[in-house]
Amino acid sequence: MSDRIIGKVKRVNGPVIVASGVTDAIMLELVRVGEVKLVGEIIKLEEENAVIQVYEDTTGITPGENIYGSGMQLSVELGPGLISTIYDGIQRPLEEIHKISNQFIERGISMPALSRTAKWHFEPESLQPGSPLLPGTILGNVKETELIDHKILVPPDIEGTLVSLAAEGDYTVEEVIGLVKTAEGGEKSLHLMHRWPIRKARPVTRRLPLDIPLITGQRVIDTLFPVAKGGTVAIPGGFGTGKTMTQHAIAKWCDASLIVYIGCGERGNEMTDVLMEFPKLIDPRTDLPLIKRTVLIANTSNMPVSAREASIYTGVTLAEYYRDQGYHVAVMADSTSRWAEALRELSGRMEEMPAEEGFPAYLPTRIAEFYERAGNMEVLCGKTGSVTIIGAVSPPGGDFSEPVTQHTKRFVRCFWGLDRQLANARHYPAISWLESYSEYLDDIIPWWNQRVGAQWSADRKEIMELLQKEVRLQQVVKLVGPDALPDSQRFILEVCTLFKNAFLQQNAFDDIDRYAVAEKQMKMLELIVTYWRKGSQAIKSGVTLVKLKRMKVIPDIVKMKFTIPNDDLSQFDKLQLRLERSLDQLEQVYA
Amino acid sequence: MPSDSKVYRAEKKLLTGREYIGVNKIDGPLIFIKHTHPIGYRELIECIDRQGKPRLGMVLDTSEEIVVAQIFEGTSGMTMPDTRVRFMGESLKIGVTRDMLGRIFNGLGQPVDGGPEPDSEAEIDVNGKPINPTARAYPKDFIQTGISAIDGMNTLIRGQKLPIFSGNGLPHNELAAQIARQAKIKGAKTNFAVVFAAMGVKNDVARFFIRSFEESGVLSNVALFLSLADDPSIERIITPRTALTLAEHLAFEHDMHVLVILTDMSNYCESLREISTIRGEIPSRKGYPGYLYSDLAELYERSGMLKGFSGSITQIPILTMPNDDISHPIPDLSGYITEGQIVFEREMFARSIYPPVAGLPSLSRLMKDGIGEGMTREDHPHLASQLFAAYSYVKDVRNLASVIGEEELTPLDHQYLEFGDAFERKFVTQGQNEDRTIEQTLDLGWEMLSLLPPEELHRVTDEELEKYYGRNRI
Ligand SMILES: Nc1ncnc2c1ncn2[C@@H]1O[C@H](COP(=O)(O)OP(=O)(O)OP(=O)(O)O)[C@@H](O)[C@H]1O
Ligand SMILES: [Mg+2]
Repeated sequence: MSDRIIGKVKRVNGPVIVASGVTDAIMLELVRVGEVKLVGEIIKLEEENAVIQVYEDTTGITPGENIYGSGMQLSVELGPGLISTIYDGIQRPLEEIHKISNQFIERGISMPALSRTAKWHFEPESLQPGSPLLPGTILGNVKETELIDHKILVPPDIEGTLVSLAAEGDYTVEEVIGLVKTAEGGEKSLHLMHRWPIRKARPVTRRLPLDIPLITGQRVIDTLFPVAKGGTVAIPGGFGTGKTMTQHAIAKWCDASLIVYIGCGERGNEMTDVLMEFPKLIDPRTDLPLIKRTVLIANTSNMPVSAREASIYTGVTLAEYYRDQGYHVAVMADSTSRWAEALRELSGRMEEMPAEEGFPAYLPTRIAEFYERAGNMEVLCGKTGSVTIIGAVSPPGGDFSEPVTQHTKRFVRCFWGLDRQLANARHYPAISWLESYSEYLDDIIPWWNQRVGAQWSADRKEIMELLQKEVRLQQVVKLVGPDALPDSQRFILEVCTLFKNAFLQQNAFDDIDRYAVAEKQMKMLELIVTYWRKGSQAIKSGVTLVKLKRMKVIPDIVKMKFTIPNDDLSQFDKLQLRLERSLDQLEQVYA
Repeated sequence: MPSDSKVYRAEKKLLTGREYIGVNKIDGPLIFIKHTHPIGYRELIECIDRQGKPRLGMVLDTSEEIVVAQIFEGTSGMTMPDTRVRFMGESLKIGVTRDMLGRIFNGLGQPVDGGPEPDSEAEIDVNGKPINPTARAYPKDFIQTGISAIDGMNTLIRGQKLPIFSGNGLPHNELAAQIARQAKIKGAKTNFAVVFAAMGVKNDVARFFIRSFEESGVLSNVALFLSLADDPSIERIITPRTALTLAEHLAFEHDMHVLVILTDMSNYCESLREISTIRGEIPSRKGYPGYLYSDLAELYERSGMLKGFSGSITQIPILTMPNDDISHPIPDLSGYITEGQIVFEREMFARSIYPPVAGLPSLSRLMKDGIGEGMTREDHPHLASQLFAAYSYVKDVRNLASVIGEEELTPLDHQYLEFGDAFERKFVTQGQNEDRTIEQTLDLGWEMLSLLPPEELHRVTDEELEKYYGRNRI
């Protein structure tokens, strides 16, 4: 890092520092503050003063201390070695830091994000010297993990003609693997690694429609409120309603090729949980440990608040980088409210005019910019890749009318509202079927109907309508008790209860139930819809509700999620047959 | 420019300890001083008032023109011209030692029991440092508290932070003391300690705890930090930090299992609000500062287990919910940080149920990895889940009964009502000195479930039903 002094500390107020005597600083420049060299970023320039957001604890920083410029913006390192690593909010490798310091995070540690000594086996593409190199051109391949072929790309800000490309062999991320001659006539070297500023979206060729679902393995999501690959989702919910559990479950079982998990201002133990569990859990699609497709960003609640602000940008930039190689990446951000609160705290310290509840007026813009970085894209190298963003929102008091939830709602197209009542009743996932919605539904219906079952959309619609009817009936029941309703209506309550217990509730801790493949979801739905359709027929022909409820097959339907594993779906066909027979028999007796 | 910085540091060292006479403004617990040498952020200061009494404080905002500092012992009796201020050149540190067990201190770690200042083993910054998440070990060890509502339904795990959300006049102190007395790890003889921090609570609360520790003969394993209701409110800001600094030392230098009781967090938060208001900061909800979440996290996250260390810190913060409102910022933000919560219900208390642990809003997030075969008993996870489900249905039935009348309920619903009452009266209710083993708790749970027909018990397996259902009902 350069020793260019760009100014001196004038005032310290928490993580915000005002510097004076600043003449040649660059907006958003990465700086080092004081003799302990704390990492900071210039966020405002005003005459001779600069406002600096410091990413580490500023205890002991004193007016008069030097501020050193770096000449570059706050950036992340992109190259092989990201996967399976855990970083803090500004991409410092926490495991490496642990090795050199102790159990606590010391200040002023500077450490490269990617190992400078590790060698990676690079296999070049057959590119001839003189061939044109556009941003995003694939130079070669590094097998980063058994799962991920890491494409080495021409960085988005480099263009020209190839002078030379290294032969197949082992290289560190800093060794030169190619030379390119730029239009201006200069030569630039290429490496396995390049840098990219975190606050700038990486360019793509164009946006593509979002019509393929991200299968999460969570039934209430995939069947009722599906998200498309490249889509955006908010999960709002009060404390303990299941945001983190839902995100962990998706990170484990969804069919993305890569996961970026951002712990933004949440608990240390939750990150430890992921770190302990992911290396042991086996991805059913690849038979490899889940950690081989996961990058972790941990800026826990007790870590500096400005690095928390940066963490979601760090995470999404890493996701975009793998998207640019043609991967489908899912980003979990837990929790975006903590990020918004970091913004509020920094804004307050800068004495900016607050808007709603102390949040700065630019909060909605920032939220929008973040979610805009999601999408299904044709990337520069010509492949298709996507970034799906799933953000948890932690509304104060669980009240969804607060600013972060409200503004997030404007910019996401899928909303999984968590319900306190459901969570208290231990109905998990506590995703409310009344408040949630997905705007991707219509676009992904063809995928389900063609790939999984032609009747999917019809069945889904039918069950959704029942759930709506149930609400009205429950209101009646609350006034007069269930006995006042005719059997035909009580049967609606009955089916909905069954659907909630047997289908919507999903136990994240059960080895079989923790995720359900699309086909399993379809077959379970089919069974319950059959019960409804044929059952209401039976009631019309005089069968009593009690008889329907007492059918021997019902307890087996209630337990099917636990008893029938993803790889033995034919058992569902038997269950379906039994159900239909039992219903037919009942009807015959009464007809 | 290394030479530059060397000169700079030498200069700063020279200035450290220089005394300034007179301050420019005193506002609540804050003092403002102009024209000082460069002062570091969060630097420790010492103020000496007219009577020559020293008070400690910390710098909150520093610039070339003016320095703002909070005085932990409060500013009452201070005058602008006569106050002398010394800047100490470093942040607030306390001396810690194992010998602090068995002693009583004020919020700043100074002895108040008449005994001598203990010789410290280390001087440590009270603000602590964030634990590297990769250094943590995931907490999994079941702590038997002997209390069924906790052990059976909201299991406490070693290294967990599990607050009690209570209300004024509810028996949170009794429960915390009972936990401290009875807590044990199955089959293990442990090296344990209790660190107790009182913020703004009344003298008799402190006395209650001391007596309770005395009676159970553990007082020599307890360190108390008392900043009581009649002490300056600002001292409460530092009290939990002092206590946690000692807890960390005991856990990670002396391999002890430390239980930290912090009471009452609501008073702590109010002091924080007071300072924030005086500083003119933009408030978020109910006048509390926007950084309340981060500030509380700095405390609550100082718990857990570490890889390669055998000690641990388990936290039981107690907070009284203003107006019993769980959505108030203090319980709300705490709930967002801690690993579950034990919620008290006034209505249960009124029906003389002790401990009045509300069935549904209480939760232990770490119990999933600490219960079951080899830890408690193989049926525990399903049993707890079934008890929750059934009890939750009881709440629905009670609501319905209050509208349509109990007579109109179905026979099954009547059974549920019976179950609900038994659950509260027999399972939840227990004596303040009653110490149940986990087996007793689980068997009692099955006794309750046996009041319901087996077809209703979807969350337990057939084998579990076979083995435990109706066993105690001959
Ligand atoms: N799908 C699930 N299966 C089983 N248990 C669940 C599920 N979802 C949530 N839970 C239970 O709820 C608890 C709280 O869930 P979680 O930690 O995800 O809440 P959260 O919404 O992230 O809360 P916070 O905002 O405080 O972080 C878990 O510890 C677990 O006991
Ligand atoms: Mg969470």
